[in-house]
Amino acid sequence: MNWITNYVRPRINSIFSRREVPENLWSKCDDCGTMLFHREISDNLNVCTNCGHHMHITPRDRFLALFDGGVFNELAVPEPLADPLHFRDQKRYPDRMKAAQKASHEKEAMLVAAGEIGRTPIVAAAQDFSFMGGSMGMYVGNAIIAAAQEAVKLGRPLVLFSAAGGARMQEGILSLMQMPRTTVAVQMLKEAGLPYIVVLTHPTTGGVTASYAMLGDVQIAEPNALICFAGPRVIEQTIREKLPEGFQRAEYLLEHGMLDRVTDRRKMREELIVITRMLMGMSPATWGDLPPPGPEDLKPEPNAALDDTAK
Amino acid sequence: MTHYLDFEKPLADIEGKAEELRAMARNNEDMDVEAEAAALDGKAKTLLKDLYAKLTPWRKCQVARHPERPHCKDYIEALFTEFTPLAGDRNFAEDEAIMGGLARLDDRPVMVIGHEKGHDTNSRITRNFGMARPEGYRKALRLMDMADRFGLPVVTLIDTPGAYPGKGAEERGQSEAIARSTEKCLQIGVPLVSVVIGEGGSGGAVAFATGNRVAMLEHAVYSVISPEGCASILWKDADKMREAAEALRLTAQDLHQLGVCDRIIPEPLGGAHRAPGVTIDAVRTALNALLLDLDGMSREDLIRTRRDKFLNLGSKGLAA
Ligand SMILES: [Zn+2]
Repeated sequence: MNWITNYVRPRINSIFSRREVPENLWSKCDDCGTMLFHREISDNLNVCTNCGHHMHITPRDRFLALFDGGVFNELAVPEPLADPLHFRDQKRYPDRMKAAQKASHEKEAMLVAAGEIGRTPIVAAAQDFSFMGGSMGMYVGNAIIAAAQEAVKLGRPLVLFSAAGGARMQEGILSLMQMPRTTVAVQMLKEAGLPYIVVLTHPTTGGVTASYAMLGDVQIAEPNALICFAGPRVIEQTIREKLPEGFQRAEYLLEHGMLDRVTDRRKMREELIVITRMLMGMSPATWGDLPPPGPEDLKPEPNAALDDTAK
Repeated sequence: MTHYLDFEKPLADIEGKAEELRAMARNNEDMDVEAEAAALDGKAKTLLKDLYAKLTPWRKCQVARHPERPHCKDYIEALFTEFTPLAGDRNFAEDEAIMGGLARLDDRPVMVIGHEKGHDTNSRITRNFGMARPEGYRKALRLMDMADRFGLPVVTLIDTPGAYPGKGAEERGQSEAIARSTEKCLQIGVPLVSVVIGEGGSGGAVAFATGNRVAMLEHAVYSVISPEGCASILWKDADKMREAAEALRLTAQDLHQLGVCDRIIPEPLGGAHRAPGVTIDAVRTALNALLLDLDGMSREDLIRTRRDKFLNLGSKGLAA
């Protein structure tokens, strides 16, 4: 299957979205209730500076903070059929889609981009829980396949940030079929010898966890993220007992051997740079303020940080 | 004693009356009820035909879950010879929700794997109602891997409400086990043929239904979520399962149009449970045809065409 690589023209709001945040407004932390400056929240990638609670972050904001200088090329995702089942519950599926698009200013639940992190070229994909619960439908499947194919074409690692309630019921069996489809995408990376890093964010559940989100070479989670196949409520109803504290949270999974690491969002970029560079056989990264990325940056460079520590 | 489904109540009444008449005649030699009973039989047959000719999606779910429907074990016993069960995931446990082992299908050695729901209280508990734990998927993975190394085709029989939502299952990596099993399906260089014989319940089914060919029995269903689960999420009312079943398009007929199901295997009048032997024979015919179709394909082609089949899904939609 051949996709033609296509990059989306940069959008104005992707450049200004972080600046839209007014200086003088406060928000409450979802968890501890501390009042925080909007600016403080966005500077900390939506992590509460009081209690460390990781609040929701959109894929676009995540990418602005992840990629060097906030610069990335958004990859166009092949359009799937809209509403293949003519699904209708209390609302029509196309109406739910329109509402989600209007609320998020995004087309769908996954954003794919190519760019550099610490001068390390990567392809990244991020799922948007605020878009219909991040649900995995054909678009998300196409996005992951496109991301893998682009990574293979460019010879880069793929870093995927998962966040989803599961499969998109409105696409019925076709949403379920994204489990094998995205698994094929992961196999493309593995066969090309390219690293596939999964960052599991709150929440990652259902068919998403049972496919591409659990097949990474390295599995990292954000603190306290709920990661499961069956949700805690379903389990409590089935086994009729109370579940232990922290059950199915990132730290619990780490303890049970299901993850490599649990990492604070504010340290994630650095960690991804370190890991991808080692797996790609590159020299250690140069840290600190760097000039904007240019073509010469793809070459290995002398390492200032290493010299410092040697002193 | 037949177990009637709720929508079969009128049929139960007629068949009950015919049975009553015959019982009365047995006690009274002077009575001749045969003409009347035969008329009732005829009426029952017409009704059965009508009911099953236009089963709604929800009724199909009920038929697919019928307790007397032939299950994995029945198929394995009837279809194969020399079935040699192979147990365990080599890590934690043997999961009896998943049957698996070596067997011969018309003399040809194959690896067979399937979900077994059980047929009475004891066996249902042993089999955990066909809901596998991670060990079940890891056993399946191990058996697929073995089949791959020895060049044996893999036959999978799908019949599960879904993977087991339990505490231990989650702690031992239910998601990872399902993901790895699906991955194995996509890696093996031998034919993989799957038949949904009852319920194809979500990820618990995909884990070994990711085959070169996927067949479904006429009244089998295969869905991303149970109609009850979907109803409670989208309608906020689990009793709206009829509407949800309708909307999910989970029947073999709809899945065939979407390209998810390659072949529909006909069921006898009134569903598989009314004539298990006939159903099993139909599955045998289908399995042989599907395997024959894949004979002579190279490892590379088997893998490539299987992947392409799934990558290309979604190009066809359904009529409203
Ligand atoms: Zn807080």
